[in-house]
Amino acid sequence: MIGPPSEFLIQLLNGIQYGLLLFLLASGLSLIFGIMGVLNLAHGSFYMVGAYVAFWLSRELGNMWLAIPVELATVLLIGLILESALFSRLYHRDHLQQVLLSFGLILIFEELRSIFFGDDVHGVPVPPLLRASIPLTDTLSYPVYRLFISGTCLLIAGLMYLVIQQTRVGMMIRAGSTNREMVQSLGINIKLIYRWVFALGLTLAAAAGMIAAPVSSVYPGMGNQILIICFVVVVVGGIGSIKGALISALAIGIVDTLGQVLLPEFSGVAVYLLMAVILLWRPQGLFRVA
Amino acid sequence: MKVGRYILVLGALCVALVPLTGATFYVQLVSKIMILAIFAMSLDLLIGSAGLVSLGHAAFFGVAGYGIALLSPKYQAASFWWTLPVVLIICATLALIVGLLVVRTSGVYFIMVTLAFGQMLYYLFHDTKFGGGSDGIYLYVRPELSIAGWRPLNLEKPTHFFYFVFAIMLGVYFLLSRIRVSPFGHVLVGLKANEQRMRSLGFPPTPYKLGAFVLAATLTGLAGYLSACQFGFVNPELLSWHYSATVLMMLILGGVARLHGAVVGAFAYVLLQELLASQAIWGGIAKHWQLGMGVLIVLSVLLLPNGLTSLVDRLSWLHFKAN
Repeated sequence: MIGPPSEFLIQLLNGIQYGLLLFLLASGLSLIFGIMGVLNLAHGSFYMVGAYVAFWLSRELGNMWLAIPVELATVLLIGLILESALFSRLYHRDHLQQVLLSFGLILIFEELRSIFFGDDVHGVPVPPLLRASIPLTDTLSYPVYRLFISGTCLLIAGLMYLVIQQTRVGMMIRAGSTNREMVQSLGINIKLIYRWVFALGLTLAAAAGMIAAPVSSVYPGMGNQILIICFVVVVVGGIGSIKGALISALAIGIVDTLGQVLLPEFSGVAVYLLMAVILLWRPQGLFRVA
Repeated sequence: MKVGRYILVLGALCVALVPLTGATFYVQLVSKIMILAIFAMSLDLLIGSAGLVSLGHAAFFGVAGYGIALLSPKYQAASFWWTLPVVLIICATLALIVGLLVVRTSGVYFIMVTLAFGQMLYYLFHDTKFGGGSDGIYLYVRPELSIAGWRPLNLEKPTHFFYFVFAIMLGVYFLLSRIRVSPFGHVLVGLKANEQRMRSLGFPPTPYKLGAFVLAATLTGLAGYLSACQFGFVNPELLSWHYSATVLMMLILGGVARLHGAVVGAFAYVLLQELLASQAIWGGIAKHWQLGMGVLIVLSVLLLPNGLTSLVDRLSWLHFKAN
């Protein structure tokens, strides 16, 4: 139960942190869908990949900082390969086939995880630099690492916004989502741009998994669990809308976190009830782009 | 289509003869497959006819399973005649409530929303003690089929249960094939092709879509009821979206928008799964069968988008050409 206001503040901060993390994942999912029309259920698997690699690196090296760029570059490469080998063949087919293709990928990733890491839950230590916590009252304090998560998510979100709204490449991406053929006929290689958007979306998911690992620990099925919540975020926010994704991710992060404290038995359901209410009110989500 | 029809009748005969082999393992395996075929056929009504891809129908499968498990007295057989209607009514009512919300959306939204509602029901059973939590509950005794003291079938016997499921599968097949050619079925196909045009022709989409959603959920509930009877055990995993996706895969593997595709797909998928998980062939790595299954799913989506039954269509096309 929530007692003193400072404890409420902690839960609220946790909710915001969770919401920002959800935003990082959901915006990738929403962008890939909004721009390319591809529904990729394996998005959550890359979150899992990121988290397990963080676990593995911190166990092997004791320090994950050094290896982060290598890991993200690898995921980027995997994303480029997946797009060119598999997803690019499905742009003109219906969503059902995209769903099944990515379901097949989920099975592959889960099983590889089981082969390499087993089926146990593992904790991941917080990196030594960020182990401090900020005292709020005599007994309560807030860990710096959670603030670090929120900060990183905000930073990435800001960068993403700048790239999409202010740069030439961003302009091409936006134009491509409106009229693909027209952009192509202007001499822009839209396929290449899509390939990078896809791969970068997956890299964002892996990055989210990496920074979340010390807080959430790593466990089988973690990718699927977060994927479903991301769907709720996208449905509530409206597909393709970054602003919608941000607002609904924060709302859902807070509702879920406070729900777990107030009504632990029904915490799994609270988020979906929120979605049901929004659907009744606005079936197209809060901020749908066209 | 002629060649296909012969193959179909021949296949049904072969299935009907399985119990004569006397191997209980195969009798039970094929019973399980036929139950999944009922599930896949009911999804085909939604996906093949109406073009609504639901990733949450396993929820109704699971709810029906929990329904029969909770309705049955602990160590006594419940009567089939009242438990089945009650379970189906529960499924239909639930589908009506969920359906009213989800048919307001379409396309990819529909996929995500059905998935989310399915997971909501999953967590409801997973997190509350109502249905035994994550451990699930047992159904110790299968329901009994008695008409005024006369028992035509004893469902506890694998062979009797087999023919019971076989008959229900054929019944569902004929029911759905009638629906496909009925005016209702035609409206669904029309809505899939062009919703705008159907609306201007005077067919409001919502009641038709809702009807298809509820009907598909009810038939899925029938499959869930039978499945709980067969395994005597239900747990929240039955409701999870993985299960929905697996059945979708059966449908794609067999071929969407043809009823026999669903049946062929259920057989092909489960037999493939048995093959991949066979320790006799693969030894120690057999427990990682999902890896092989994942690869097969990816390959079949890329190479065989219209399913196995489309191969037969091609065959009959050649036959036609030769004449």
